[in-house]
Amino acid sequence: MIEFKQVSYNHPDGTNALNNINLKIKKNSITAIVGNNGAGKTTLVKHINGLLKPSKGEVIIENNSTKKSSVAELSRNVGMVFQNANHQLFADTVKNEILFGLKNFGFDQDYIDKRYELMTNLFDLRKYEEISPLKLSGGEKKKVCLASVLAWNPEILILDEPTVGQDELQKNILFEFINTLHSNNKTIIVISHDIEFLWRLQPNIITMSDGRIIEINSPEKIFTDKELINKVGLIPPQIIKIFNGLGIEKDIPINLEDACKRIQGLMEE
Amino acid sequence: MAKEEIIKFNDFSFKYSSSDANILENINLSIKSNEITVLAGPTGCGKSTLLRSIVGLIPNMYDGEYSGEVIVDGIKIKDAEIKEIAKRVGFVFQNPENQIFMFSVERDIAFGLENLGIEQEIIKERIKKMMETLSITHLAEKAPHELSDGQKQRTALAGVLAMEPKILILDEPTSLLDPKTASEFMELMNKLCKEKGISIIIVEHRLDLVLKYADRLIILSNGKIISNDKPENVFNYKKPIIPELGVPFSTKIYRELAKAHVEFSKPVTCADDMINEVRKKS
Repeated sequence: MIEFKQVSYNHPDGTNALNNINLKIKKNSITAIVGNNGAGKTTLVKHINGLLKPSKGEVIIENNSTKKSSVAELSRNVGMVFQNANHQLFADTVKNEILFGLKNFGFDQDYIDKRYELMTNLFDLRKYEEISPLKLSGGEKKKVCLASVLAWNPEILILDEPTVGQDELQKNILFEFINTLHSNNKTIIVISHDIEFLWRLQPNIITMSDGRIIEINSPEKIFTDKELINKVGLIPPQIIKIFNGLGIEKDIPINLEDACKRIQGLMEE
Repeated sequence: MAKEEIIKFNDFSFKYSSSDANILENINLSIKSNEITVLAGPTGCGKSTLLRSIVGLIPNMYDGEYSGEVIVDGIKIKDAEIKEIAKRVGFVFQNPENQIFMFSVERDIAFGLENLGIEQEIIKERIKKMMETLSITHLAEKAPHELSDGQKQRTALAGVLAMEPKILILDEPTSLLDPKTASEFMELMNKLCKEKGISIIIVEHRLDLVLKYADRLIILSNGKIISNDKPENVFNYKKPIIPELGVPFSTKIYRELAKAHVEFSKPVTCADDMINEVRKKS
């Protein structure tokens, strides 16, 4: 369990970025954090792996306050994939980038080899293993970042805008992967503006604005609340627009198959 | 506004010196003025390379083998001076950090204008207008490191638009913006294109956001153009589409229903079209 108790955070220049955050994120859940640019989403998640410590209040991860743990200790259990791949990549080759975390956390060689093979196959990166990650395209850099963090199999995974620059096939892989991690008891937190991806993922959604949590609810409750989504800089996914436009406000279908059935039903009425 | 050919690729191929194979292979392409052209395709298919070839970063900044020609607004890019290209084409990068470097937002917007030798009075006026258009007036004095990613992106765009280019090139411009800001941004692009006659070329994976405004959709795969048509023609259910393409949900429904022999009056590419088509049938 991740718990924020009355957490406020001020930047070094004094501006307030988080204001009295109270939040519980259950183990083995999928949570999305959404909100307009500058709402405090990234600042909030940086408190989970200890990159930032609260100015007031306390963040507790599995009964331990982040104030008492180092970033190194926290990151063994909390993996974070940054929004901007260039902030994360540093090794001379893709291979060394992926191996860095695994070696640093002191895993045995068998495990390192196994995880490396799994990650490079999953993200189709074997062909780039000797190339500098900085020479890859934007979408491919993102894959290297994901592979390097997922490699050490952290209990809590934070993904900041994971779908940016990713094509549909890669988004499908990411979607499957998040679900696999979820069924393996992992806790996943996603910051995303990709409303279509979030609708498909169906996480608990935390909406933020001006450093505060505005509401926590299901995707359907969030995306059909016009006043709320306007406040937090969202627009509804296409499926909500379609069904709302056809006069349906509740039980909006989630997948393509159900959407087609419902639309066929409407046309036969 | 009359439409003319503003960008032309003739038998164009390019291979980066660091790579073994051509990233773009024998591209023949004509892009019309006063249109919004969306460029899509799998990661690594050559989209960014195509954009770099239009703005002259290729061959000026990237080494490699260049063959064929790229002509932009009447000038041959290979032989043109960067300044001549910059007067015609504005480029907003995927990562705004590659673009903004001055010590304040206001100074950053002024930079390109001053380089073109434009009068101070006009510069001030354009900065003011651009900051208003992009809702960043309150950030005028802020340094780049004090900005959020979305604010950096808007600052980069303001700097480019202030130069009043005929052609605007955008590499995933909405990827860091929240959906509402992204949608407003696309409205602004549509206005710039339809009212000011700026030709806009956008690389974007999230087609649901941009197709509503697109006059043309070009799909690139493995360095080759595999489709170049109006979006509704590209997505006609009779044609195959590559699985890497982020097809809008309404288009997915349209194509899926076509398999069950439910036909609409035209291919659907946005939510409004889907609502209208369903209403017609019920």
